[in-house]
Formats: sequence, structure tokens, C-alpha cells
Amino acid sequence: MWRDALAVAGKDLRIEMRSRVLLNQVMPFALMVLVLFAFALGPSRGPMVDAAAGLFWVALLFAAVLGVQRSAAVESGEAGRDGLRMSGLDPAGIFLGKTVALCVELVALEVLLSLGVVLFYGAHVRSAGLMVAACVAGTAGLAAVGSLYGTLASGLRVSETLLPFLLLPVVAPVLLAGTRAWQAALGTGPGGGSEPWVELLVIFAAVYLALGVVIYGPLLEAS
Amino acid sequence: MDRRGWAPVACAVPMPRAVHLRDAVALAGRFPALAGANLAVDSGEVVVLTGPNGAGKTSLLRACAGLLAVTRGEAVVLGCDLRRDRSSVRRQVGMLGHSSALYDDLTVTENVRFAVRAAGGRAEAVGPALERLGLVGRVARTSAGRLSQGQRRRVALAVLAARRPELWLLDEPHAGLDAGARSLLGEMVREAVAGGAAVLLASHELEVSEPLADRVVQMSGGRVVAQTRAGLSTEKRVPKLLPGLRAGGGAHVA
Repeated sequence: MWRDALAVAGKDLRIEMRSRVLLNQVMPFALMVLVLFAFALGPSRGPMVDAAAGLFWVALLFAAVLGVQRSAAVESGEAGRDGLRMSGLDPAGIFLGKTVALCVELVALEVLLSLGVVLFYGAHVRSAGLMVAACVAGTAGLAAVGSLYGTLASGLRVSETLLPFLLLPVVAPVLLAGTRAWQAALGTGPGGGSEPWVELLVIFAAVYLALGVVIYGPLLEAS
Repeated sequence: MDRRGWAPVACAVPMPRAVHLRDAVALAGRFPALAGANLAVDSGEVVVLTGPNGAGKTSLLRACAGLLAVTRGEAVVLGCDLRRDRSSVRRQVGMLGHSSALYDDLTVTENVRFAVRAAGGRAEAVGPALERLGLVGRVARTSAGRLSQGQRRRVALAVLAARRPELWLLDEPHAGLDAGARSLLGEMVREAVAGGAAVLLASHELEVSEPLADRVVQMSGGRVVAQTRAGLSTEKRVPKLLPGLRAGGGAHVA
């Protein structure tokens, strides 16, 4: 399973490096979302700093939808799906490989968005460790859900419009918990401990990673 | 246990035949793509499937690959009972479909290497396979998305050559290939059966596919309706209606 996961992750990342969809389309889109929110909330810094944590995660979710669509599109079409089924790869390995590749892409996005939040919104980081912890757990959850729903939607017509409709409600806990953890890390928001929110992100990721390992095979057959 | 360490749980059916279909029914949506198909293919045998569009040739190949679920009847491929588990057999089956499942952003070499690695094949087999199909030099480093249809077909054939599956399922394999590649395909099929593999080949081009065949099987309406021994000229070939054939119905072929 792990060998297959490594092969799939390597393949997806190589495809991304060649096509540069993340670099040329998804990253500029994510930055644009941040800038547009800055226009909407500005010019005073106060509302922007207060909203920085939430806007980071909203921008990340929107950009993640594009990343998931791209990841699923690589295997789209009857030939693509048949090729994956006929490949001989362990379905759990395919799921983990696609999830790892998505994680790497999302981490690159998060680095960019973090810089954007600091530069555009003037947010001050009080606890970088907490931000990183929230990002790591949130990214794993987002990538796991994205791999599952991307495959589910890829077998359907109108998958491009259906995917956000399916995906965004499911990842609402990531938005909520990620925002709360980041508010604590940036010293904004209602206050209170950040641990429960990071724990929620970890549980979310663990549940969807386990679920994906178990159901990706049947999902691939049905898609 | 195979070389990847997986136990072929559903592939323990003792079956000397590569393919055994008996009254196999498979649905594509509500439409019966296979409506009681009967077919037996031995190891080391080449069987050509022919018939009009919609006869069920591609569906039969997809069913043998475990891509189309057989809902009724018997379906055993390489000892794997497809009614119980249709995914285990895929590691031993190579399929060349209408369109080639290649990653457009990967090079020819990367595509073949990934497919062979995924199937648990030997990495050393990639180079010779590419060389054999003429995919060397600049072409080997070209992205698959930039290849012509014929070149993509060659890449898909290189994957088969490197993987060496036990059952070859070829759907219109000559389409888009030039004369040289067609001849090469013939060589590969002969070598595969000489090595004990079975080949099931769906084709409308009997003039190029029949010389490779041991048997030609006629399909219609999702059923096998007749078979002939290969090697007879088209004029002399009189399809032998199979025993038990009903009007518009299927028949057992053994």
C-alpha cells in the first residue's frame, strides 16, 4: 500500500510540476481572493486583522476546490478511470498517494496565503507553532476529503459544478476549527483555548483518512 | 501470493482455461451489454471477436477485465471468480482499449515506467519494451499529450510488452497503427501466446486479425452466436451455428 501511495504521489506531483496549474492558476486565484477581501474590508486595518484568520481559511478552501478538481481531472474520462482500475495499484495506496500529493500542494498554498495575510492584512503572528499545527492537521483533513469527493464527482456529469457543492459543506468543520485556532495564534477573535480546535482538526483528518483507506476501492469501482 | 504479496483470495478457482463465461449477463445501466454470453478461451490461444457495432465485443472484453460487473451466470478469468471479486484479476490482465489511458503531462518513458511499476512489473523491462515499439530518443522524452493517436497506441502496447500479462484483451488494436506497428503487434501476440498467455481480440478488420487467430467468434446482441476455425478464407468461411442456439439467442462455446 505504501509503495503504491509513493508511486501515485510521485506521479501526481510530477504532473503538477509539468503542468504548473498550481503555480499559474490556483496560487494567483488564492491571492486574488485575499486581495478582494482586503478591498471589501479596507481601508482601515482593524477589520482586516480581525478577519484575517477566517479569510485565510476561506481562501484556502476555495483554492483547495480547484486543486481537488485538478487532481481528479488527471484521472478523468472513461479511459483514465479504467486505467487506474486496471493499473493493479492497491486502492488504499491510490487514495493515500493522491492525498499526499494534495497535501504537498496545499502546504505550498498555505505558505503563500500566510505571507499574504501578514503582508496585506498586517496580521501579527503570536504563536507560529499553533498556526503550523492547525495547518498540518487541517491540510491532512482537507486533502483526504478532497481525494474522496474528487473521485466521487469525477464519475458524474457536471462534476465541475457539483464538486464545490459536495465538498464545501463537508469541510465546514475545518473552516471553523482552523479559524478558531488561527485566531488564537494571531491574538484575535473571542479568546479561549485553542487545543479543542486543533484536536477537532486532528480527529477530522484521522476519520477521513481512515474512511478513505476503507472506501476508496468501492468508490473507484462505482465512479 | 503474487509478487506484490497479495493473496488472490477470489482467484483460487481451479480453472485450466484463461476465460470461462457461461450464460454471463452484464448490464450497462439498464441495457444488457452481455445477454447470456458463453465463451471459453484456453491459455496459449488467440480468439478474435467479431460482429456489428453494439454486438457486445467491447463489453465482453471489459467484463473479462473486471471493469463491467457480471450479474448473472458464470464468469471465471485466470481462475478468478468475477462474480465474487472482479478486481483481483486485473493485475494479470492487460487491456488495450479504444483510447489509451496515458497521462498527458508525463513523458512516454514516465508513462510506461509508472504503469509497469503499478502492476508490480520489472523496471528493467521498460527500456527494451520502448525500444521494441520504436519509442526511443526524442519520442521517449516527449509528453504523451503531444503524441499522435498512433504513437499513443504504441505507448500502450509498450506497457503490455513490459508487463507481460497472462491475458491480453485487445479492442480494435490495429486502429491508428501504421503497417510497421501492425506487424509488430502481430509478433507480440504470437510471442505472448507462445509464452502461455491467452489473447482475446475484438476487431472489425478480419483481414489483419484473422491471421493471428485460432478461432473467430461471432457476437450479436450481447451473445456469442457462432464460431469458426481461423485460417479459412472469408469466402469459404461458413459460420457454424452453435448447438443450442435459439433464434437471436446465445450458445455455449467450448
